[in-house]
Amino acid sequence: MAELTMRDALNQALREELLRDERVFIMGEEVAQYDGAYKVTRGLWREFGDKRVIDTPISELGFAAIGVGAAMAGLRPVIEFMTWNFSILAADQIINHAAKMLYMSGGQFNIPIVFRGPNGSAYQVSSQHSQALEAMYANFPGLKVVMPSTPADAKGLLKSAIRDDNPVIFLEQEKLYGTKGEVPDDPDFTIPLGVADVKRQGKDCTIVARSLTVPIALQAAEKIEKEYGVSCEVVDPRTIKPLDIDTIVNSVKKTNRLVIVEESHQFCGVAAEITAQVNEKAFDYLDAPIKRISSAEAPMPYARNLEAAALPDVAKIVAAVKEVCYL
Amino acid sequence: MPKEAAKTKRSDSPFNHKARAIEPVDVFDPDEAQAEYLKRKKSQLALIKKTDKALLEEMLYQMILGRIFEERCAEVYRLGKIGGFCHLYIGQEAVAVGAITAIDKKRDYVIVAYRDHVQAMVAGISPEAVMAELYGKATGCVKGKGGSMHLFSKEHGFFGGHGIVGGQIGVGTGLAFAQKYRNDGGVTLCFFGEAAVNQGIFHESLNMAQLWKLPIVYICENNQYGMGTSLKRAMSLANIARKADSYGMYGEFVDGMDVMAVRQATMKAIERARNESLPSLLEVRCYRYMGHSMSDPGKYRTVEEIKKYQQRDPILLFKDSLKEAGVFDDSEFEQIEQRARKRVEEAVEFAEKSPFPSEDELLTDVLV
Repeated sequence: MAELTMRDALNQALREELLRDERVFIMGEEVAQYDGAYKVTRGLWREFGDKRVIDTPISELGFAAIGVGAAMAGLRPVIEFMTWNFSILAADQIINHAAKMLYMSGGQFNIPIVFRGPNGSAYQVSSQHSQALEAMYANFPGLKVVMPSTPADAKGLLKSAIRDDNPVIFLEQEKLYGTKGEVPDDPDFTIPLGVADVKRQGKDCTIVARSLTVPIALQAAEKIEKEYGVSCEVVDPRTIKPLDIDTIVNSVKKTNRLVIVEESHQFCGVAAEITAQVNEKAFDYLDAPIKRISSAEAPMPYARNLEAAALPDVAKIVAAVKEVCYL
Repeated sequence: MPKEAAKTKRSDSPFNHKARAIEPVDVFDPDEAQAEYLKRKKSQLALIKKTDKALLEEMLYQMILGRIFEERCAEVYRLGKIGGFCHLYIGQEAVAVGAITAIDKKRDYVIVAYRDHVQAMVAGISPEAVMAELYGKATGCVKGKGGSMHLFSKEHGFFGGHGIVGGQIGVGTGLAFAQKYRNDGGVTLCFFGEAAVNQGIFHESLNMAQLWKLPIVYICENNQYGMGTSLKRAMSLANIARKADSYGMYGEFVDGMDVMAVRQATMKAIERARNESLPSLLEVRCYRYMGHSMSDPGKYRTVEEIKKYQQRDPILLFKDSLKEAGVFDDSEFEQIEQRARKRVEEAVEFAEKSPFPSEDELLTDVLV
């Protein structure tokens, strides 16, 4: 174990997988000579060279397609989007091609590819650089969607994603790149996709959070415990698809209350999906309506105060927990 | 435009290739194309005489098989046996046959768009497996999950069958990327229609293919219509082969009604890809006799126009040359046609008798 930032944990995962499997390569804008726009790929080009770590022109659709074709032919590409906002340019390849190839080829061509990069808000980068897109990608059968919240999870999940035989949407968070945590250094350390993690045990209310909202939910849980004596359980699904609904449902059966926190928009979102599934599987256990906290239903504003108002925070979570606990 | 720029010679271009074959002349009118064809007829006959007879027979058989197969598809489509979209290849047979018979089937890849029945068969998928797929049967080449537009066969290096205009240009570029990455000597043939050239993916892909020197042959089947919109109404510079210049890539016009010309051009492009790891863009000028799909009434062009192109029918041209070269006689043509006709009937019978997929198949081949 070593204490690493999430950035370095991701870097370690990439490096280990490049070493382990000759078929793995990294491709994207500024991933090689520039060391990555967010330095996730730092040092990899120097170590592995032009063949394995490849700078592309600014052609998201084109290099996503090259990844899909290379995966079809048996390689295992890791395609970096400088931010997931730019993946929308490549959505045709991700949704119409990668997600459907195995099915429409009658099981002949699987696409073992990872698309990764930062998702969600950053620091005042406004409307076109702040979107959280997990709900969109999770809507399509054929794609797995992963969202780590800690350095160890980031490493273990990225390694599993690279070893997975399906296309994986791997959503990082710029604001989490610098967060530190203990990370196993065993090169065989992986975390299976589709398994949630209870980040904090509690008995009175369940908070489901993912990615950036996990540390915020943990802070809120501490505050609520201290100020109101309410014990919150924080569940991090870690993968949105496949979703480990059982862990969430089991927690709700224990606490009888549920608050879901997300950085994406609410309408047709992941929280809406979890709400529906909990209603189907644990309706009789609920002592209060499920509460969702999401980003404001507006493009992300630039001004510091407006940006803060648009996003989930500790105060909003505390208020929601109080509401479902009738405090 | 400054006069200086206009005067610039091609050889001054930093991207000038020795093998450059692009001529500024736009040979698209069927009469002009025929005049060009007659000019090279002598050398074509000499080439035919040098070519293995079994290969020539296979080429002719595949062209006739493709023609009869597609005609039969139109019939059974009207009977409701085939559903959805069904894009027929009639008139373009020389392109698939000329190009795909030039590959090394052990290591080369083929990827195509949605007008894919004939290309799939030339690549080696049986007419039975293709017809059964069109019928949506469990014995189809993708188990009834893809249909007309999504034929695939890993065994035959046939990477689909893609329905988003231009999407396979990028995927095909990735196939060639993998071949270069593995250094396995393989080459990808990537087919698309001329309307796909207006998509961004065409430009992004060709840029990277030349930048990274990928072993790929881009084969633009210019049948002159993107659905009902003619090339003239959709493309500011209609000389597609010359667009290769934008990327410093080799580009060439090819007469798509002349199967030997398509084969020769493809062989040269494959050699360039295999030996020099360089991509090429071939603009193969052809003509689609049928509508865009079975639901197209074809009101955007005249019967006269279609008839004019049909005078240069690729099967007729090839048969004439084979006869003139003294390789085949009429009775042999008759035998080849009978063989193709029988095979198509067998394919229809196979498809008719095959079962539909089990409903359990609905959720297989998708892991999330």
